[in-house]
Amino acid sequence: MADTQNAIANPGPLQVFEENLARGEFRIQQCKDCGKHVFYPRQLCNHCGSSALKWVAVSGKGIVYSTSVVRRRPDKGGDYNIALIDLEEGPRMMGRVMDVQPSEVKIGMDVSAHVGMLDDKPAVVFYTKEQGDKEW
Amino acid sequence: MVDSLRGNAAVVGVGLTEFTGMPGHTHMEIMAVAIERAIKDAGIDKNEIDGIFTANFVEMLTPLSVAEYFGLDPTYMDGTNTGGSVFVNSMQSAAAALTLGLCNVALICYGSNSATGPFTHPPHMHTVEDVYKPRNPISPYALAATRHMYEYGTTKEQLAEVAVSARKWAQLNPAANMRDDLTIEDVVNARMIVDPLGLLDCCLVSDGGAAMIMVRKDRAKDFPKKPVYMLGVGSRTDHNIISAMPDLTVTPAKAAAEAAFAMAQVKPSDIDVVELYDAFTINTILFLEDMGFCKKGEGGHFVSNGNIAPGGSLPVNTNGGGLSCVHPGMYGMFLMIEAVQQLRGECGDRQVAGARLAACNGNGGFLASQVTAIFGTEETL
Repeated sequence: MADTQNAIANPGPLQVFEENLARGEFRIQQCKDCGKHVFYPRQLCNHCGSSALKWVAVSGKGIVYSTSVVRRRPDKGGDYNIALIDLEEGPRMMGRVMDVQPSEVKIGMDVSAHVGMLDDKPAVVFYTKEQGDKEW
Repeated sequence: MVDSLRGNAAVVGVGLTEFTGMPGHTHMEIMAVAIERAIKDAGIDKNEIDGIFTANFVEMLTPLSVAEYFGLDPTYMDGTNTGGSVFVNSMQSAAAALTLGLCNVALICYGSNSATGPFTHPPHMHTVEDVYKPRNPISPYALAATRHMYEYGTTKEQLAEVAVSARKWAQLNPAANMRDDLTIEDVVNARMIVDPLGLLDCCLVSDGGAAMIMVRKDRAKDFPKKPVYMLGVGSRTDHNIISAMPDLTVTPAKAAAEAAFAMAQVKPSDIDVVELYDAFTINTILFLEDMGFCKKGEGGHFVSNGNIAPGGSLPVNTNGGGLSCVHPGMYGMFLMIEAVQQLRGECGDRQVAGARLAACNGNGGFLASQVTAIFGTEETL
């Protein structure tokens, strides 16, 4: 995969992100002009406006910025966690912390990202314990 | 070039529907009831209306359908949609359009059958959050509440104080939907929806329509009711999806209110009555802090012990708010009209004695659009 994208490159950045996820890879963008990381995937850097964005691997390390529990009936699958995770590279993203009870997720927890499946769709999810080697 | 919109436009007519269910009515039919009442309140002919400012979440071309439905011939239309804040934003646009002479009689209007009509999802843009299934709009506000609790020690009981205060105001408003007694314990022990927000931390869902007529200040005294002037306004946003919000404890209301207060040349301590978009209990705490009625982090303490309830030091959400009075999907219209009626002295048992200055803050999306407006009576010009 080329590490840059031109303004007219196909597919667009959101589709590239999702194709990476489908291969089990969590990649985000970094701006070659201002150096800042960009998430969610964009055509232009939201910090400086540059279109010179490249795809980079992430460390997968993050910290819980906020958390909540969506209450859901047990027969519909039960309660689940919705958290906001600050990635080590800077951007914040929504996620779910998977390996502790939804109400036991706390602000400030160290978490690590993995590409898992949510409702049969590839998604970045988070764990409080290491889940083995990552390939990205 | 005008230096400022301060005092350039005034509200000369308002109309509200009942807030109970109006089954079998379209949103346009409900809006029509409010518009008829606003026109009568202003003492104008409907054909004098030449500016239309309207939005909702069930149709895209709202100004066109409003013009057609009511047989209007507008010279200026604005259908911007910033979520529930939009009508405060519209009010800014109306004041600007009136100032520039793009229109002479502005109608800001809304109608909704949220409670009794067919459920309609607003158009949704796919985002990277969708796969996690946040329960929008509640989840983003729950995440803000969790973070506020973590940073400032805000408690569930303090959130509950907001709901109880709103209920006490609603008990003074015969038009309010929810008027039964409510205690802190009721709110804290209510069924949890998205932790830390329970059922009674969330606004009600009702039908409702509202309309407002504005004119330039040179005509403001030509109508039957005491004019209420727009003294200041500020509109800001810093995100759309909640994961893009820079700081979940500081909303764009901070910058919006700074702009509005600067234009109005007043400060928070001058304000007699405050109307905030309380879709959830955490909103009231965030906006009181961001607008400068108390320091950041002290909102939970500020709302405690009935301080924003009837008899408290600052009257907030005097109609009972979205929590206990009315919330038909988009609430921004209703908080402005409550401010206008307070400044006219029309509010009966809930009237804030001698109110001359009112501050409103409309909220749109997930804490994303914030529009602050300051209104005043003629003596504040």
